[in-house]
Amino acid sequence: MADRTVKIEIKRQASPDAPSVWESFELPWRPGMNVISAMMEIAANPVTADGRATTPITYDSNCLEEICGSCAMRINGKARMACSSLVDNLEQPIRVEPLSKFPLVRDLQVDRSVLFENLMAVKAWVPVDGTYDLGSGPRVFPQQQEANYPLSNCISCTCCMEVCPQFNEETGFVGAATIAQVKLFNNHPTGKVFKEDRLRALAGDGGIQECGFAQNCVEVCPKQLPLTEAISDISRDVLVQKAKDFLRG
Amino acid sequence: MAAPRIIVVGGGLAGLAAVIKIAEAGGNVDLFSIVPVKRSHSVCAQGGINAAKNLKGEGDTTAQHFDDTIYGGDFLANQTPVKAMCEAAPAIIDLLDRMGVPFNRTPEGLLDFRRFGGTLYHRTAFAGATTGQQLLYALDEQVRRHEAEGKVKKYEGWEFLSAVIDSKGVARGITALDLRTMELRSFPADAIILATGGNGAIFGKSTNSVVCTGSAQSAVFQQGVYYAKGEFIQVHPTCIPGEDKLRLMSESARGEGGRVWVPRNAGEKRPVKQIPDSDRWYFLEEWYPKYGNLVPRDVATRAIHKVVYEHGLGLDGQPMVYLDLTHIDRATLDRKLGGILEIYEKFVGVDPHDEPMKIFPGMHYTMGGIWVDFNQMTNIPGIFAAGECEYQYHGANRLGANSLVSCIFGGFVSGPNALRYAKGLEGQEGDGGHAAEIARQSEINSKLLKNEGTENPFKLWRELGQTMTEHATVIRYNKGLKQADGKIVELLDRYKKVNLSDRSQWANTSFAFARQLKNMLELSRTIVLGALQRDESRGAHYKPDFPDRNDEKFLKTSKASFTGAPEGPRIEYEEVDTQFIKPRPRRYDAAK
Repeated sequence: MADRTVKIEIKRQASPDAPSVWESFELPWRPGMNVISAMMEIAANPVTADGRATTPITYDSNCLEEICGSCAMRINGKARMACSSLVDNLEQPIRVEPLSKFPLVRDLQVDRSVLFENLMAVKAWVPVDGTYDLGSGPRVFPQQQEANYPLSNCISCTCCMEVCPQFNEETGFVGAATIAQVKLFNNHPTGKVFKEDRLRALAGDGGIQECGFAQNCVEVCPKQLPLTEAISDISRDVLVQKAKDFLRG
Repeated sequence: MAAPRIIVVGGGLAGLAAVIKIAEAGGNVDLFSIVPVKRSHSVCAQGGINAAKNLKGEGDTTAQHFDDTIYGGDFLANQTPVKAMCEAAPAIIDLLDRMGVPFNRTPEGLLDFRRFGGTLYHRTAFAGATTGQQLLYALDEQVRRHEAEGKVKKYEGWEFLSAVIDSKGVARGITALDLRTMELRSFPADAIILATGGNGAIFGKSTNSVVCTGSAQSAVFQQGVYYAKGEFIQVHPTCIPGEDKLRLMSESARGEGGRVWVPRNAGEKRPVKQIPDSDRWYFLEEWYPKYGNLVPRDVATRAIHKVVYEHGLGLDGQPMVYLDLTHIDRATLDRKLGGILEIYEKFVGVDPHDEPMKIFPGMHYTMGGIWVDFNQMTNIPGIFAAGECEYQYHGANRLGANSLVSCIFGGFVSGPNALRYAKGLEGQEGDGGHAAEIARQSEINSKLLKNEGTENPFKLWRELGQTMTEHATVIRYNKGLKQADGKIVELLDRYKKVNLSDRSQWANTSFAFARQLKNMLELSRTIVLGALQRDESRGAHYKPDFPDRNDEKFLKTSKASFTGAPEGPRIEYEEVDTQFIKPRPRRYDAAK
């Protein structure tokens, strides 16, 4: 079927202040094609379905194997990674839009730096003394490693934040990804030295109490992080911390 | 005197390792990266990181690791830095462990190790099959900590364009482009470290990430930095062919017992699971009984090529062979290889627990790169390089799981050395060349934006990738290499007529890509001409017309320098440091 095609519609916006418009494309189908390869095809031949010349699409991407977290966007209404969105599994015309909860840069590119700021605010690191040779690390049993490893698989794609009804300017909610990292570092034999700081950082406005348990996060996560479990565990720890802080006066 | 200011370009493992060392020693760092550093290509590394910790009672030593690395690299690596890397590796693993990398564990709670290609020891520490991701995150977290303390300033979303070099030939900073506002700016520094990764994009489709264009390496090459043994690129034996890229299927699949085979009969019609063992050809195990499926990558890649193209035994006549894990139990596979099996299933739609994977070799890594001395400094004072973008640790072929250790080690060496250099640096005359470099870059930018022509940069890139993959990967002939160079010259000429379909000054990706493309074209000539002149076979560089290694003539590092002349870069040769291990024939059909 040489003439089989793919129909794809992309929401374009030239700059943060410009109006948005939908553009339709009809591209030659190839086996194994994903949404990224469709956009690569458009870059090499930037012409809309009705034959009008346009510009290549601006979008974030890097690894194209769902590990760098760059290419999150809304595809047929669902927040997901464009690289692992295979054309053959999608209803056509495929409708592609930018994530809606983050400041738009251009076309499908948005600014997700808020996640990295949140990770800084909760001290998502292990405070090592230095990089010189201090011998081996703490002993970790395989059971602990198996519990922590899934949390460490978060690719910072922000899909969980995009689909969270509570993640908005009004609440200032940090979102599930950051909470999962708090659990990861609080579990670490050395990382837990900042446990109280992290819990306090999640105690105020925009903290963990904003979660409405809609559970959208865990459903959308491309890496299947146990997000709701992390949220309940950290909620409990935050409450305990609050009580302790209250009693200490 | 104020604390030295160092610029690090690139936020993968090498760049972040350098940043941490500098911040720890009290220096200030400006860190430039095209993507948020947590999304750098190091994240893609899968299988593990090598260090001779000898935790399996096998008597492994750093001397063995050193010997395996030199032998695996067919003796082309300078031995002094490789020896230092292998000796430092165990402490690097300990450090990463202390930083919280969730390495797989033994029942007793110690680090677990797996086997990898080119060695007979369990030497590879791993975190599932997403080791690069876990290592990158650990260093990213440490850098974030230094950032919180004000020692590091990140410029994410900025692309390096060039070094600023003063009238005495000393580096004084960089120019960079803000990929959002398209602002061009120069940044002063007392030393700069390039940690800009690989150049897979030159081959069109590869296992590399989108940002791995080699553009930064090429930019400084065109400013006078030597580019060393560019002709050595690694084609990874096991990749998943795709429309947009070749996805890596980690060597750890074979490290955990994966077997490579094809049906013995070209016209095999039975479903794969019904083909009995007697009708399967495990050609690696037959040809290399000692190492089996764990021969080094260049050897495995050539074997697969041979089976497909000479024996005509590719699956269904396609260039593909089986990589089979189905004999291993599901729980073990999930614990040790979960991440990569998930990738295969997601992108191919077949569950590799149940059915053998179909794989084929693909461009993966460059052993060649920016020439540096043992302190990681280039021939331009003040420009350092670390990680895949430089040339020094892997000789003519890299062993699996040595890249992560070489990135971190190179970063750890370059950071303190850059700081030491910067402390001894004399003040610059005038503006150190900043105004002149900004003017030069601004001229290139405005010319490109206004250019009237008919050539689409993305199409030119496809043509470059096709010609490079055809002539300059697994098997090389001088005739084909000459053809490839002719094609690159043609593309450079057509590049003059490049027409951007987007001329806007806001997040213009075609503009940024067109600039990278020019640099890719210039750098690709060092690969092709380096290969053309090297009339021997060594490691990953294989010429059927010159099937043997020729130590007398070519136990040498090629160093390309940019001339700007139509005949392309000039290549000279430098002696290799072989003071510790005497070169001997490299063979994997028997124990070495």
